[in-house]
Amino acid sequence: MMRLPWFEYRAPRSVAEAARILAGEGPGAMLVAGGTDLLPNMKRRHQSPSTLVALRGVDELKAVANGAGLQLGAGLTLTEVVDTPAVRERYTGLWQAAAQVATPHLRNMGTLGGNVCLDTRCTYYNQSYEWRKAIDFCLKKDGETCWVATASKRCVAVSSTDTAPALIALDAKARLASVGGTREIAIADLYRNDGIDFLARKPEELLSAILLPEANGWRSCYWKLRRRGSFDFPVLGVAAAAKLAADGTVEAARIALGAVASRPFLVPKAGEALVGRKLDDAAIGEVAGAVASRAKPMDNADMNLYWRKEVVSAFTTYALRELRGDDMRAERLRTARQALAA
Amino acid sequence: MNAGVEKGVAKAVTLRRNVQIELQVNGEPTEVSFAPYKTLLELLREDLDLPGTKHGCELGECGACTVLLDGEPVLSCLVLAVECAGRSVETVEGLAQGTRLHALQAALTDLGGSQCGYCTPGMLMTAKALLEREPSPSRERIREAIAGNICRCTGYQQIVDAIESAARELRAGGETAR
Repeated sequence: MMRLPWFEYRAPRSVAEAARILAGEGPGAMLVAGGTDLLPNMKRRHQSPSTLVALRGVDELKAVANGAGLQLGAGLTLTEVVDTPAVRERYTGLWQAAAQVATPHLRNMGTLGGNVCLDTRCTYYNQSYEWRKAIDFCLKKDGETCWVATASKRCVAVSSTDTAPALIALDAKARLASVGGTREIAIADLYRNDGIDFLARKPEELLSAILLPEANGWRSCYWKLRRRGSFDFPVLGVAAAAKLAADGTVEAARIALGAVASRPFLVPKAGEALVGRKLDDAAIGEVAGAVASRAKPMDNADMNLYWRKEVVSAFTTYALRELRGDDMRAERLRTARQALAA
Repeated sequence: MNAGVEKGVAKAVTLRRNVQIELQVNGEPTEVSFAPYKTLLELLREDLDLPGTKHGCELGECGACTVLLDGEPVLSCLVLAVECAGRSVETVEGLAQGTRLHALQAALTDLGGSQCGYCTPGMLMTAKALLEREPSPSRERIREAIAGNICRCTGYQQIVDAIESAARELRAGGETAR
C-alpha cells in the first residue's frame, strides 16, 4: 500500500491568506485543490511537500463572473466548468476539453486550476518509487539522465492538460495572486517548454482565475486523442477557434496544440494563414499540414510515436471542419466514443 | 529528515499529532481521530471499520474506492480524510436496510452484474448517485456515468442491464434511490 508522506495541512479561507501562507512557508509548500494530480504523485514520492496549502475552503476561487467575457475561478471543479451554461454556449472548445478530462469521478474532484497547472507526464516518471529507483531515476526527479532522449539536457516530459490548449486558442488570461498583488498574463505565457520547470508561475503565486475574452462571434472546438474514449490523458489535443464573417470568410483564427511538447502552444502561422480565406478543403488541408509540422511528440507517452505525429494533421482537419459547421458527430464517436455536441 | 544526525545541532522537532474531525458516515454522526496523511479510503477501512469500500489502484485509475461525498461520487483514495470534516460520506455499507438489499444490489445480484465483486461497491455508489439525479437514464448515460469504474469480469453489459433494471424498480416503487 502506498501511503502519503507526512505533511502539515493548512486550510486558508481566502486567496490573500493562501498567498501569505505560501510566502511564509517557502518552496517546501505546495498547493492542493482537487488533489487528483498531486496526491498520486505524493504517494509515489514525486513530490513530498512539507506543507499542503489546501484551497477547497477558499470560496472566491469558485466564483463565476459574467461581464466583458467570462471569469472562471481556478477552484471550480471540471464538472462545475462543464455545467456552466456560459462555457457550453460561448466557449465550446473549453467545454469540450473540460468534458473530456479523465472520468466523471475525477472531474467531480479535479479543478480547472489544477488541470491548467497539471504536472508534466512521462513513461519514465509516472511510476512507483521502486520502479524509478530500478532505473536510477530520471532527469525530472532524483536522477541525472533523461531516458527518453539520453543526450538531452532538458526534461522532455509531456504537457498533458486538456483545458490549456483550449484556453490558448480562446486567448484566455491567467490571474496569479501573491502577497505582492495580482497580475494577469496570457495563458500561453504561463508555460515553458521544459518538463521540470514547465510553469512560469512563481513559487509564491497561486492561480486564482481564468479570464476569457468576450466570445464576440468566435467559435471554438477541441479534439482529443487518447486510447480509451472514457478516460486517459491526451496523447494529442488540438484546439481551434475562429471568427467567421457572414459569408464564411475567416476574419481571425487561432490553433493550439497540446500533449506534443512540454507545454501547450499556439501555432500562430496556422491561424494567420486562414485569414481572408474560406474554410474549404484546400485551405484546411494546407493549414493541417503546417500544424502537423510543428508537433514534436516524444516517445514518452501512450501509442506509437510516428503515428501520433501523423495523426495531428487529421485531427486539425476535424477541428477546422467542425468550425466550418460540418456535422462531426460520426468522427467524434469513432475517435472518442463521445458525440460531445454542444 | 536527518536534522538530528549532526552533532551539536538541535534536532528539528516535527510534531506528528493526530487530527480529530466530525463527519456523517452513512447518516450517522461520527467522530474520529487519525493521522493527518490518511486518505478517506484509509480512514474508512482502517479507522471506521468499514472495509466494504475497496482498495484498488490507489492512484485514481480504477474507481474501486468510489464513495459518495456530499452525494457526489468521488475516489476516496484521492480525498484527504482531513477535508471531510463536517461532510457526509456514503459507502456501500449504507445501502442495504437490515437484510433488505437496495434495488441496485438486488439487480446486480440477479443479473450477474457482480462476478469477482471487487468493483461492485464502487459501481453501486456511482450508480446510486446517477439514479438520484436521473431516475430514468439512457444506456448511454449509464455507460458515461460508470466510465470511471473499471470492471474486468463482466464486460459491463450486465452492469448496465442491472442499473437499468434497478432504475425501473425504483421508479415503479415510487421511491427514489434513497
